[in-house]
Amino acid sequence: MKTVARQALDTASVRGVTYADARVVAIRNRSLTTKNGRVGHASESESLGIGVRVIAEGAWGFAASADLSRVAVEAAARRAIEIAKASARVKREDVRMAPEPAATAEWTTPYKVDPFATSVEQNLDLLLEVDAEMRAVGGVTLAEAGMNFQREESWFLSSEGSDIHQTKYSTGAGYTAYAFAGSEIQKRSYPNSFGGQWQNRGYELIEEMKLVENARRVAEEAVALHHADQCPEGTYTIILDGSQLGLQIHESIGHPIELDRVLGMEANFAGTSFLTLEKLGNLRYGSELVNVVADARQEHGPGLGTFAYDEEGVAAQSTPIITDGRFTGYLSSRETAHTIGAARSGGTLRAEGWNRLPMIRMTNVSILPGEKPLSLEQLIAATDDGIYMETNKSWSIDDKRYNFQFGCEIAWEIKHGKRVRMLKNPSYSGITTEFWNAMDAICSRDEWALWGTPNCGKGQPQQVVGTGHGASPARFRNIRVGSAYS
Amino acid sequence: MLTKEQAADIFDRIRRFSSADEVEAIFTGSRFALTRFANNVIHQNVEDENSVVSIRTNFQGKTARATANQFDEESLRRAVAASENLARVQAPDPELLPMPTADEANSGNTFADKRVRATRFFDETAAITPADRAEVVRRIVSVADRNEMTTAGIYSSSESQEGIFNSRGLANWHHQTLAEISITMLADESSGWQKLNSPDVSNLDATRLAETAAQKAVESAHPREIAPGKYTVILEPAAALDIVGFMFWDYSGVAILDQRSFLNDRIGTQLFGENINISDDAAHPLQAGSPFDGEGMQRQRVQLVENGVVKRVVYARATAQKMRNSEYAGKAGLIEPTGHGFPLPNEVGEMPLNIVFGAPEKRQSVAEMIASTGRGVLVTRLWYIREIDPYEKIMTGMTRDGTFLVENGKVQCGVRNFRFNQSLISMLSNVEAMSAPVRACGEESFDMVVPAMKVNEFNFTEVTKF
Repeated sequence: MKTVARQALDTASVRGVTYADARVVAIRNRSLTTKNGRVGHASESESLGIGVRVIAEGAWGFAASADLSRVAVEAAARRAIEIAKASARVKREDVRMAPEPAATAEWTTPYKVDPFATSVEQNLDLLLEVDAEMRAVGGVTLAEAGMNFQREESWFLSSEGSDIHQTKYSTGAGYTAYAFAGSEIQKRSYPNSFGGQWQNRGYELIEEMKLVENARRVAEEAVALHHADQCPEGTYTIILDGSQLGLQIHESIGHPIELDRVLGMEANFAGTSFLTLEKLGNLRYGSELVNVVADARQEHGPGLGTFAYDEEGVAAQSTPIITDGRFTGYLSSRETAHTIGAARSGGTLRAEGWNRLPMIRMTNVSILPGEKPLSLEQLIAATDDGIYMETNKSWSIDDKRYNFQFGCEIAWEIKHGKRVRMLKNPSYSGITTEFWNAMDAICSRDEWALWGTPNCGKGQPQQVVGTGHGASPARFRNIRVGSAYS
Repeated sequence: MLTKEQAADIFDRIRRFSSADEVEAIFTGSRFALTRFANNVIHQNVEDENSVVSIRTNFQGKTARATANQFDEESLRRAVAASENLARVQAPDPELLPMPTADEANSGNTFADKRVRATRFFDETAAITPADRAEVVRRIVSVADRNEMTTAGIYSSSESQEGIFNSRGLANWHHQTLAEISITMLADESSGWQKLNSPDVSNLDATRLAETAAQKAVESAHPREIAPGKYTVILEPAAALDIVGFMFWDYSGVAILDQRSFLNDRIGTQLFGENINISDDAAHPLQAGSPFDGEGMQRQRVQLVENGVVKRVVYARATAQKMRNSEYAGKAGLIEPTGHGFPLPNEVGEMPLNIVFGAPEKRQSVAEMIASTGRGVLVTRLWYIREIDPYEKIMTGMTRDGTFLVENGKVQCGVRNFRFNQSLISMLSNVEAMSAPVRACGEESFDMVVPAMKVNEFNFTEVTKF
């Protein structure tokens, strides 16, 4: 595959081209679902191709081909140059790339069990066992479970001499029990909603998730929600579980810190950001307990945003995003680094596959756990009056990332340090910085987990990539609750 | 890209490699190009070409799928083996149907009329070059420069194909083009947006779209904050499309069988206002897309809602069979395969994807809706719409890129964007007026033929900072 990438670079080595890179990517995927005791779908897929990115006449061009014959690869490289020259017809200044030393590297996601070495029978048996547990609960009207594996092998070569070979594995699984009765559909999911938990690991993740052990409880909660009281509307102290806090981070920190959004590059689709450049180092984003990093390194954990090098050959890094509540960093690329006075890219350029242009994406954007020992049960015990919410049900935020509203699957009212009653249809809303400044407690490391968001969409054409979000449960004061049903 | 003849040849090889009782291959391919601009320059500019074959094998009630984008013998053999291995290990599904024959799939051919087929492929669209797209972007940028604004958006063009072959003799093929322009104009404190697509690029007037977007940014300058609450709203077609699109997943036989549809126990009832008529019609001249579904069945025209009464939902072949034998058969409307299935195997069944709203008896333009409004809000675009309640179909989301206060029959000023929490059932029961339906596209839902709507009692619950 390196030979194929070199052919593209050789073709792009012509006058007027100041930079070129080529990525050959081979992706294999297995996707299995079950529904109400039967296989929902069973599929495998493979995709192989090359993407060629060039700067010619000071502007970008990108072309991709699934045909890896020499003729087709050279044609793709020539097409990228033609496209770059067309881009140059509508430019104001030449693209500026932050310097980056050439890298030669081999890297593979650490894993214990290759998920593709497990049998389909084993995978389906597990899902069907979970399914049976859920349907054993009276009142469950729909049980869905799913499991996904992906292996992505890439060869990145650049005109500056980089030669990087990476193989990334990701694994995910989860399930949902639905209960329809009267005029209401309720659901509960485990270990998270919208596909479950995902990490860059092998099959050992599936084995550790205790999928079967939790299925009956989750199904019982779905049915019990029909008899729960409606979550009240008003201003409350709330506690969010780690998975919901992970999505809160994704939407109200991860997206607004993307420097391409800040610079207006996503204004037509994903939107812009309230985090304009003068706020760097100056904005109080949250309370002093809020410490957030964007960390793609393996030592942060096996998140969906973990790698050795990003897709323009920049080594994985940890960037302080919020430090003791103060806004301290953006997600950046070689092209955008100079706009914040950085000498080097933050290493966050990622793409969905071989036929998509890499763009700034979240890596693992995580809130650091509290330093003092604090479990979720201790946090609840220390809360006199509040609402504990668990597992995301809906999420929405405006295109500058100020106003958000989240719904959760289930909640419990807390009185005098105890959960006193289940609440259905909980939701909360607010303004990003007001919300993060209202955080007054966060649980410690033993409650912290690195959650995976496998479905983050951005860009035109839209690309879907996975991101990681480490979080532990946290408490927020004076939060607006219940407006979703007002 | 592959021709139909090349695909047929590949399918012959796949059949030889397979020992399954039945084999199906779905071919999809495209040459897709997109020029993206922001800050009045082209900042991303891409093109890709890809063809994919997706192979399904059947063994006595067991079925599975494997997909590849390489067509050499080794890759095809590997994909066939993967599909067969995934299928063989399953327990038999007694409800799995044999693959459709060509006669079964093509009865009631919705594209038999060549005038319909002629609305899907245009040589001029297929021939668009990077230089052509750059020239159009230059014209859009010149509108921005003239208005002292910055602009961001896309101009894309594509040629795509979709084909399905099976071992029972089915061989259907579809070829189409699409061009799309989306423009945001940004002023200091305001913005405006327009988007349009068509198989025929000559239907797209980039300069006009840019000027309309710029005008919206001008008129919404210095937006005022007004209190959230229930308002009469005028939803332009893209805004109406983006919110109503979320209910069509539920117009599916499988959604009823799974009891996850808001139409559970509601088919045949007066759910919406009497002025609401909705059909699914792939052959409509303003529609785009393939005439056949994921099994190769011809997409039939289906009247989903008539005078506000939900009449029926759509069905894949197997779903219709399951529904006839289910406890819900008596409250599911007319049950018959309609050609709306997704490729098998899948868990969601089917969905109407070529929605056409019926024209109202008395059409009102957006201008006429504004003129007849004492106090209300004009909405250009909705954003980040998500479902809050699946049975009452409460949706949340934001307004964006052109939200205006209307008072005394006139647009008075721009207003800060709202968050809404609005039931679709309630919304479609409160439509006071509609324009003529047009082909529209948004970002949250699929393209459809939809009118602008004037809706009473629309529920804005919060206001944001801009």
